[in-house]
Amino acid sequence: MGGPTENSPQLIVGGKRIDGRGMDDLRPIKIVARVLNDADGSAYIEWGKNKILAGVYGPSECIPRHDQSLYRAIVKCRYNMAPFSGAEEHGRSGPNRRSKELSKVMREAFENVIISENYPKTQIEIYVEILQSDGGTRCAALTAAAVALADAGIPMKDMLCAVAVCKIGGKMAVDPGKEEDNFGESDMPIAFSPRNGEIQLFQMDGLLTQDELQQGFALAKAASAKIRAIQVEAIRKVYEEPKNERFLLIK
Amino acid sequence: METMNEIKRDTLLALLNAGKRADNRGMFDYREISIQSAPLQNPDGSSLVSIGKSQVMAGVKFDIATPFADRPQEGVLSTSADLLPLASHLFETGPPSDESIELARVVDRGIRSANTIDLKSFFLTEGKVLALYIDIFVLDHDGNLIDASSLAAMSALLSCRMPKIEDGKIIRGEFSGKLPVGEKVVTCTFGKSGSKMFLDPSLDEEKGMDCRLTLATTSKHICAGQKGGWGSLSEKDLMELSDISMRKGSELRALLSD
Repeated sequence: MGGPTENSPQLIVGGKRIDGRGMDDLRPIKIVARVLNDADGSAYIEWGKNKILAGVYGPSECIPRHDQSLYRAIVKCRYNMAPFSGAEEHGRSGPNRRSKELSKVMREAFENVIISENYPKTQIEIYVEILQSDGGTRCAALTAAAVALADAGIPMKDMLCAVAVCKIGGKMAVDPGKEEDNFGESDMPIAFSPRNGEIQLFQMDGLLTQDELQQGFALAKAASAKIRAIQVEAIRKVYEEPKNERFLLIK
Repeated sequence: METMNEIKRDTLLALLNAGKRADNRGMFDYREISIQSAPLQNPDGSSLVSIGKSQVMAGVKFDIATPFADRPQEGVLSTSADLLPLASHLFETGPPSDESIELARVVDRGIRSANTIDLKSFFLTEGKVLALYIDIFVLDHDGNLIDASSLAAMSALLSCRMPKIEDGKIIRGEFSGKLPVGEKVVTCTFGKSGSKMFLDPSLDEEKGMDCRLTLATTSKHICAGQKGGWGSLSEKDLMELSDISMRKGSELRALLSD
């Protein structure tokens, strides 16, 4: 997020957002679970123009062994952006400071819901690959990773879902797109465990009043119920229409 | 070579010795191939290819770069491959593995040797050229990643648009026609086990076989090759496989739309 500049586009015109959405509208979200053959669990998400693939392995033998815990499964998470994922110049492959931070906060969110004490001395690996980015990749990635974990049959207290809220043109709005993320006044990604409403991931930048913080939280919470319904539907489909060949189809 | 279960290996090798394969296809048949052209919008070109249960994505993107000192009039072509850890329990995070570098270089060699991309046309001004990056993302590994990757790279190039350039800068999101693509390059990868040779090894066959040979072809020429593994090949083997790769290559090219 860059924050507003002198050349910032007008983010709200005639009460509508830059892409025509209302303040509490999400971009279209589509999730397909079980799209990979070798991974134990997988999910593909399209969230607006974001296209993200998540794969999960485990619980499996912990390598290297000195990482293992005698008491629980350890969770590993890697958030990675394809060098061709952005609309701008070609990126560099491999981890950078941003992707390492996001991997860490995602891992911590999942560590709190995975019932890891069931699988001592093992590891659970979560990999998300951003194939195409359009703002809000960490929330979409976490939402897809939660479905991949469920697809892998890993026991969890809850299936996490995430959404960001932003402040644009002085107002709070849910699910910022790329321009809103780049030029908005504030950005606040939140992941929930919907069953108890607790916050499992929280980041924020920009300036907000306490009132705006509360408003933003309410917007995110309302949106998270819609996202959860899409996640549940994706898992249901896996069992309603079982297929032998797993196949990623991107329209 | 990867290790595998002894019973599985013995069964597979016995099958191959009898001229049969575990999935009932012929010795020189491909598994089912599917090609999705331009699944992504942000890169200038992209594709998603599957051969059996192997799935590979390729993204192609232009940037502005400085030319190499020994070729100041030519653009830059760079190919990389990522064996993503979500694609296989055999792949790990970390710096590029030997396998991923070999994969990228074999794909690159075919495209480069056949002059598929006219790098001279990428010249902009003194010290400034276009660079074309081909990134191969392996999403799911069930063997024969080389053929899947070269199909993905070729299909992404065929879907690639030329960027619009103003004042030596790329205007993102605007294009000036399609990337001119010359000869279509495809690879055929063979396995050899004992005296038997076969096309498109699956992951299990890869683990059990003695050696591998990849031949890249255009409609008239063989344009790149790579042997892998511990076993050896005879001259007769090489000539036989070059024959099959020319024939199978034209079938693969027919799957690639312009």
